[in-house]
Amino acid sequence: MQERAAGAGKSAPSAQITRERPAWRRSINVQELGILVIFLLWVIFLSLATDTFLTTRNVFNMLRAFSWIAIAAFGQCMVILTAGIDLSVGSNMALSGLAAAMLAVNNVPVPLAVLGGLVTGGLIGLINGLLVTRLRLPPFIATLGMLSIARGVTYGVTGGWPVRQLPPEFNQIGQLDIMVGSWPVPLPVIVMLVLAALVSLFLSRTVTGRHIYAVGGNEEAARVSGIKTQSVKLFVYVSCGVLAAIGGILMTARLGVAAPTAAEGYELDIIAAAVIGGVSLFGGEGTILGVLIGAALMQTIRTGLNLLGFPTYWQPAAIGAVILLAVTFDQWRKRRSRSVR
Amino acid sequence: MTATTATTPIVEMRNIKKSFGAVQALRGVDLTLMHNEVLGLVGDNAAGKSTLMKVLSGAYIPDEGEIYLEGKRVHITGPDDARRLGIEMVYQDFMLANNLDVAANIFLGREVVRWALGPIRVMDKRAMEIQSQQLLRRLNINVSSVRLKVEHLSGGQRQAVAIGRATAFNAKVIIMDEPTAALSVSAIGQVLDLIRELKAQGASIIIISHRLEDIHEVGDRVVVLRHGRKVADYPVTGDVQSFRERVVSYMVGARDDFSKVVAEED
Ligand SMILES: Nc1ncnc2c1ncn2[C@@H]1O[C@H](COP(=O)(O)OP(=O)(O)OP(=O)(O)O)[C@@H](O)[C@H]1O
Ligand SMILES: [Mg+2]
Repeated sequence: MQERAAGAGKSAPSAQITRERPAWRRSINVQELGILVIFLLWVIFLSLATDTFLTTRNVFNMLRAFSWIAIAAFGQCMVILTAGIDLSVGSNMALSGLAAAMLAVNNVPVPLAVLGGLVTGGLIGLINGLLVTRLRLPPFIATLGMLSIARGVTYGVTGGWPVRQLPPEFNQIGQLDIMVGSWPVPLPVIVMLVLAALVSLFLSRTVTGRHIYAVGGNEEAARVSGIKTQSVKLFVYVSCGVLAAIGGILMTARLGVAAPTAAEGYELDIIAAAVIGGVSLFGGEGTILGVLIGAALMQTIRTGLNLLGFPTYWQPAAIGAVILLAVTFDQWRKRRSRSVR
Repeated sequence: MTATTATTPIVEMRNIKKSFGAVQALRGVDLTLMHNEVLGLVGDNAAGKSTLMKVLSGAYIPDEGEIYLEGKRVHITGPDDARRLGIEMVYQDFMLANNLDVAANIFLGREVVRWALGPIRVMDKRAMEIQSQQLLRRLNINVSSVRLKVEHLSGGQRQAVAIGRATAFNAKVIIMDEPTAALSVSAIGQVLDLIRELKAQGASIIIISHRLEDIHEVGDRVVVLRHGRKVADYPVTGDVQSFRERVVSYMVGARDDFSKVVAEED
């Protein structure tokens, strides 16, 4: 209702949805594009600087290794979109993987063992969600507590000893390669790609997906629009728990052993993958495509530092610096987009 | 007065009380809205106007009091209840999700569903965009694209989107909390036109405004709140000047028609 042309009266319809950027261009936002460019430059650099990086073997090893992180990061993305956070994902991966492994070792059929692992992850997510929505604990505190509890349970249940000798059918889940054309693609990678597509479509196409963004963008506005904001939050924590469990089961199956120390510190990688991929910690902003690129970048940085002979003990420091850079960029981007209104 | 006429009011709020900690925002307010009426709700800052309307829109749950819709007692336990009953509100602070686009905000909470499989409901984005576009055109709202994120809109455009959202779905009762606060003079004129048009279409409207001339122009009746109490409730008559003087005298406490001490019945 601003600055109408003089005497325009009821004519001159101004709302239009033509003259738009093409769909492919719209579907990718600035930070995704930025991070994609950085990722590609880094990959090109590594390909030229080392002769081991761009080998089929290395590429699939990397893909396999980052698939667990990426899958858990999809769930993390959903939580962060509502302006929450889930710090318990690493412990969740360990405990869910352990639950599935222990069931499998005790001769439970593999599909049921996997189901047991998924239920474990879902329960962890449910408790997180209830702590946040019912007891109104800040997500940071609630899931920090759960980080410790779930980890403690893995130690308590195993007495600190890894569960070994998992049945080969179970290990297949993480180790099987499926031939796609002439490429042996690891099963976890396929699971990751399928989940990426599903979660991405869910977030962008469904009513619940939109409500997730709305809750993160303006929770009070979502509430007065009739959205059950607490149910939406509960839903994202449960989803995050289940996705972390999928990652944890794939990881355990790949390693062939369920160690109580597994996935320790992964929560940081997972959150970093999401944030580097453009998911804003303020909520309401980010996509699964971005998370996928963020996770890939994290993994290639790790592998790349190895291949370049960067001292192992210094690597966490380098990764930390990358995370800080990404978060700084995120804040700067937010502030800029606020000021150009 | 109006409450004694033969028809049942479309909205009747009785003895509404609401406190926030030690602050008694509403101390037992009665309010009626007749069918097809435009009611002006005025009062000083912090008088309780927004709070009273948020009780009606389901955003707040009152501590005490009853609400009747067309004579039937209703229990509004949340904004979704109010919306289902045909009550829409334009909030003072717009209540838009800045990270979503215009179409998404207009349809927030009642997305058009293309197909559903249990809890998975796939939206019909195209339909929502086209309908939003038509709505904005009908209301003469100048937004270059319904795919524009709300964070990129000006204050006036946001207010326009908020108004469009509340008026888009044929609500029976439309509440507007300072709908013209962020608008230019010509845009204010358009909102007043819109209110007349909505009334012509049969809606019943409550408008909160500090611009008394606007209430005088479109209002049928005015209710004045002061310190969480109703102090005046009478039809809009006469010229702007005398209307303004009378309303202000109630707002500042010089007059009070509902004081328990000076029981003035009329
Ligand atoms: N959510 C809340 N929490 C605490 N106090 C509140 C809340 N909402 C309103 N109040 C208080 O209730 C009183 C009435 O506020 P309200 O917003 O209804 O006033 P108003 O008449 O709309 O004023 P204005 O003209 O400034 O919009 C104020 O003292 C306000 O501080
Ligand atoms: Mg107010």
